[in-house]
Amino acid sequence: MNWYGIKAIYIHEMERFRRTLFQSLASPIITTSLYFVVFGSAIGSRITEIDGINYGSYIVPGMIMLTILTQSISNASFAFYFPRFTNTIYEILAAPLSSFEIVLGFVGAAASKSLIIGCVIILTANFFVDVRIDHPLLMMFFLILTSITFALFGFIIGMYAEGFEGLQIIPILIITPLVFLGGSFYSINMLPEFWQKISLLNPVLYLISGFRYSFYEVSDVSLLTSTLTILTILIGCIIFITYTFSKGYRIKD
Amino acid sequence: MKNILEINNVTKFYKNSVKALENVNLNIKEGEIFALLGPNGAGKSTLINSICGIVNFNTGTIKINNMDIIKNYRTTRKITGIVPQELNLESFETVWNNVNYSRGLFGKKPDHNYIEKLLKKLSLWDKKDNKIKELSGGMKRRVLIAKALSHQPKLLFLDEPTASVDVELRKDMWDVVKKLNEDGVTIILTTHYIEEAEELSDRVAVINDGKIILVDEKDKLIKKLGEKTIKIELFEPIEKINGNLSKYNFTLDQTNKIISHTYNLNSNTTDITELLNDVKKDGYEIKDINTEQSSLEEIFIKLIKENNNELVRN
Repeated sequence: MNWYGIKAIYIHEMERFRRTLFQSLASPIITTSLYFVVFGSAIGSRITEIDGINYGSYIVPGMIMLTILTQSISNASFAFYFPRFTNTIYEILAAPLSSFEIVLGFVGAAASKSLIIGCVIILTANFFVDVRIDHPLLMMFFLILTSITFALFGFIIGMYAEGFEGLQIIPILIITPLVFLGGSFYSINMLPEFWQKISLLNPVLYLISGFRYSFYEVSDVSLLTSTLTILTILIGCIIFITYTFSKGYRIKD
Repeated sequence: MKNILEINNVTKFYKNSVKALENVNLNIKEGEIFALLGPNGAGKSTLINSICGIVNFNTGTIKINNMDIIKNYRTTRKITGIVPQELNLESFETVWNNVNYSRGLFGKKPDHNYIEKLLKKLSLWDKKDNKIKELSGGMKRRVLIAKALSHQPKLLFLDEPTASVDVELRKDMWDVVKKLNEDGVTIILTTHYIEEAEELSDRVAVINDGKIILVDEKDKLIKKLGEKTIKIELFEPIEKINGNLSKYNFTLDQTNKIISHTYNLNSNTTDITELLNDVKKDGYEIKDINTEQSSLEEIFIKLIKENNNELVRN
């Protein structure tokens, strides 16, 4: 293993995060606060409780997931697309690094950034509502696994994107709607039966549900199904990246 | 001297079926400066990018230090460095971070003393804390060289190292390349500046349309393919070349005082003695004699023209 190489990529990416620390943290903190103001205070005062949990507290795991998913994708896709755009990728390709090591460096950094932001959101949420974490280890397991999985997904976008616009298409058109429709701000039990069945086709529902279980021991689907779903997406991303690297497609054309 | 690089039957197609390299065979000796000459789009960059692992090639084998670059990519890449043609650098990073990052990528433990020496050698030390965007084009080119040398490679590829740099800086770069070579680094440079190859290289290859059309020692090449011109300046102008001189294919300049004759150094006899005797016999008094040898550039243009004509015929 080229540990120095992995470390170089990781530190290089984290350095970019440090340089733009204010923007990186300010945006999720402001967005989270706005969600609490709008959903927690304005709308939440009319909903009161879901599954015995105060509405403001209920939406915390969903909001963290929303941020983790979008941040992991955007961090990883930008991190890999940027050297492609500036052509500085030549030295990564010329270095004695395997595709696994390259992915480990970029995805590790993107996932770390998301985790930091996720923790900041939990702290921010505490200023607005009571946040209880019944299973901290399970919460960290879901947080880390989701960050890694969606950083891998972002890495794929970074490999295939043909421009900066391309980096935004999937997060805006697919991920954000899936998160909003995946029970971030409600329980699917509140939906009519037909829409409950449709919601079960949304993989993000399983992530949010499992994550929410680690907080309040309430969920829309079983914990096992949630874990299997995230692992399936993770393995799918790994297979796809391995295949793309082996062909050199869009990287070593 | 042993070969540090061996390229055998390498072919590369791009996605649109454009053949970028066709059955390229080339051996590079350890310690030499090798120039790869060719017009734009000839395949120079594709060849060095294939060697360095930046693009995949379709068929053939490439060995560095007798090791296959695909099977033993970790070992072979550790001793290889590349300076790309474009100024591909992260504008917002400092020189120091950029160079140390490259060393890390190549699996080397941080060595601040070595990086300091390297930056001093390339006159970059006082710019180490500057961001890349604050540097001039020439400085950026030096940063690229520093990055390529950060992991102490034995084989260095310079892809058009002096493209779009001014004459003074070009001479500076040549000094840097010569010093690196003196330190034991084998250098392969692609260029379309013939004087660069003439100034720096021990051997030269000419590539055109993805094929290597010639490989030889630079001096031998100039000698083998080079033509020489003898220019004889006379004291008195002459109206027309006749008499004994008419058999030599002389040309007369505008002053009617300088007669020129071109001959090939490679032929068995150059007839220079007889020619000078004939000048004397015809009663001309010689003021001065000058000879000019064809440059690598003239040879290069001639070769490319011949090769293009052959391609058209085929």
